[in-house]
Amino acid sequence: MIPTSHYLFLSLALFTIGVIGVVTRRNVIIILMSIELILNAVNINLVAFAHHWGNVDGQVFAIFVITDAAAEAAVGLGIIIAFFRNRETLLADEMDLLKW
Amino acid sequence: MLDLGLFYFFGALAVVGAVLTVLARNVVHSAVYLITSLLATAGIFLLLKAQFLFAVQIILYVGGIMVLFIFVIMLVNLEVALHQLRFNRQKWVAGLLVLALAVQLGIAISGGSDTFGLGMNSSGRLSPENTEQVGQRLFGQYMVPFEVASILLLVAMIGAVVMGKKRI
Repeated sequence: MIPTSHYLFLSLALFTIGVIGVVTRRNVIIILMSIELILNAVNINLVAFAHHWGNVDGQVFAIFVITDAAAEAAVGLGIIIAFFRNRETLLADEMDLLKW
Repeated sequence: MLDLGLFYFFGALAVVGAVLTVLARNVVHSAVYLITSLLATAGIFLLLKAQFLFAVQIILYVGGIMVLFIFVIMLVNLEVALHQLRFNRQKWVAGLLVLALAVQLGIAISGGSDTFGLGMNSSGRLSPENTEQVGQRLFGQYMVPFEVASILLLVAMIGAVVMGKKRI
């Protein structure tokens, strides 16, 4: 029997790596992929607690999180394509049109 | 014993895949490492008696979202990205702050780990017919979020199509 805290530490590790990817990398596609990592870590957390309390609600919530991730990835990648068509750059440092 | 070994195997695979995703220079390599991490997470779901989520994760996340990512990576010309800096200027401060956050969350989890013994045997309430249970919840109690999620997907589809057009 695996204690629930093991799953929570795994979820914490994946969450930390995802957040490091979001705040550190310059390429926006890798930033989006790190956001997917964060959502994945949250899913592990939800399903671990669903297993802990014997309640399927956590898994239903995780299904909604996956649906949300799909919608957000589609729109985010559309934005990236539109931006690349205009500015020819994919680096977050160089997307500074709104900077003062 | 076997499930502990499987947990460590899938957990290590997920963490190594995630670290390589964040560190890789080539974006396609990053996508493949993320696919590995997502497949390992599907294995974790199977260990947690979530059979329906195991299948949904592979079909939707790996077979849908990551394929979309790889299409976009190939649409965008990334030859020049191989010779640029990977990390931005604030990498050390940002990494330090994120590690501080992780240590705080770790302290919170381990501080509450005494209470994790309370519900440890409740997983017997999860029946082997996981799909039926999830379906009953999803179409019974959570019907309204289900419909809202379908509207969200419709809006996302329209948004993605409009974003991809050359002239709106």
